[in-house]
Amino acid sequence: MRPTVTALITGLLFGIGLVVSGMADPHNVLGFLTVGKHWNPSLLMVMGGALAISMPGFVLLQRRGRPWFAAAFATAGGRVDRRLLSGAALFGAGWGLAGYCPGPALVGLSLGHLAAWVFVPALMVGAWIAPRLRGI
Amino acid sequence: MAMTMALAGGVLIGLAAVMLYGGLGRIAGISGITYTAFERGQRHWRLAFLVGLMVAPWIAAASGLRLAEGPLPVSTGGGVLLAVAGLLVGIGTRLGNGCTSGHGICGLSRFSPRSFAAVAVFMAVGMAVATLLRPLLVGDLS
Repeated sequence: MRPTVTALITGLLFGIGLVVSGMADPHNVLGFLTVGKHWNPSLLMVMGGALAISMPGFVLLQRRGRPWFAAAFATAGGRVDRRLLSGAALFGAGWGLAGYCPGPALVGLSLGHLAAWVFVPALMVGAWIAPRLRGI
Repeated sequence: MAMTMALAGGVLIGLAAVMLYGGLGRIAGISGITYTAFERGQRHWRLAFLVGLMVAPWIAAASGLRLAEGPLPVSTGGGVLLAVAGLLVGIGTRLGNGCTSGHGICGLSRFSPRSFAAVAVFMAVGMAVATLLRPLLVGDLS
């Protein structure tokens, strides 16, 4: 029960953070990604605010040794490989076209925004296709 | 004002990431959580997270925070662009194991070399596509 409640509260905080910060609005994201006279630095502020909390937070948690409601921290291993880099490049291309990454798109979906209702089904198709691709 | 709100919203996102890692030992990576939400096993926390994420904008709206609609109405041909973008983001985040939240916030906080590489690549490609390619397809950002 406690993990589920923790996850629910976490999702709420995350979603409210996306709306408050303006990142749930693709205009702001595209404003950041479009370099030029009207460059909008707000995404940098969001990253800065988030990392100012999460970087020291993660360090302290790792010193503690284990999470409260689970046996161990999830570990992500692996090397920097072609799959990671081509994946990041494809993600960046889609992000730069629409200004949506998965979090803001789900927020838009929930609010009934038409753009998100086009984007999210395509996102799920893409996620389904990816493991079936060879040679990337 | 917008910059203060951006910073404050970022702090909330950072708190959320710390809470999920400290509580469940999990990474608040929205792409991964979404794609595995219906898999057997540990899906309860993932579904709970997604419910929270999608209820949040309604709570924000109830307290007076309005969110603008996305910039591409389907009627102007933007629909195709959005679908292509969604497909690319889906394939890319699955292959690269993460998006802005998983790599950009949690991964950097864990000092993961994979996340540093991923963030550098998706930021650079995102900027190149939004700055150089997108204006050719749909005109300048207004």
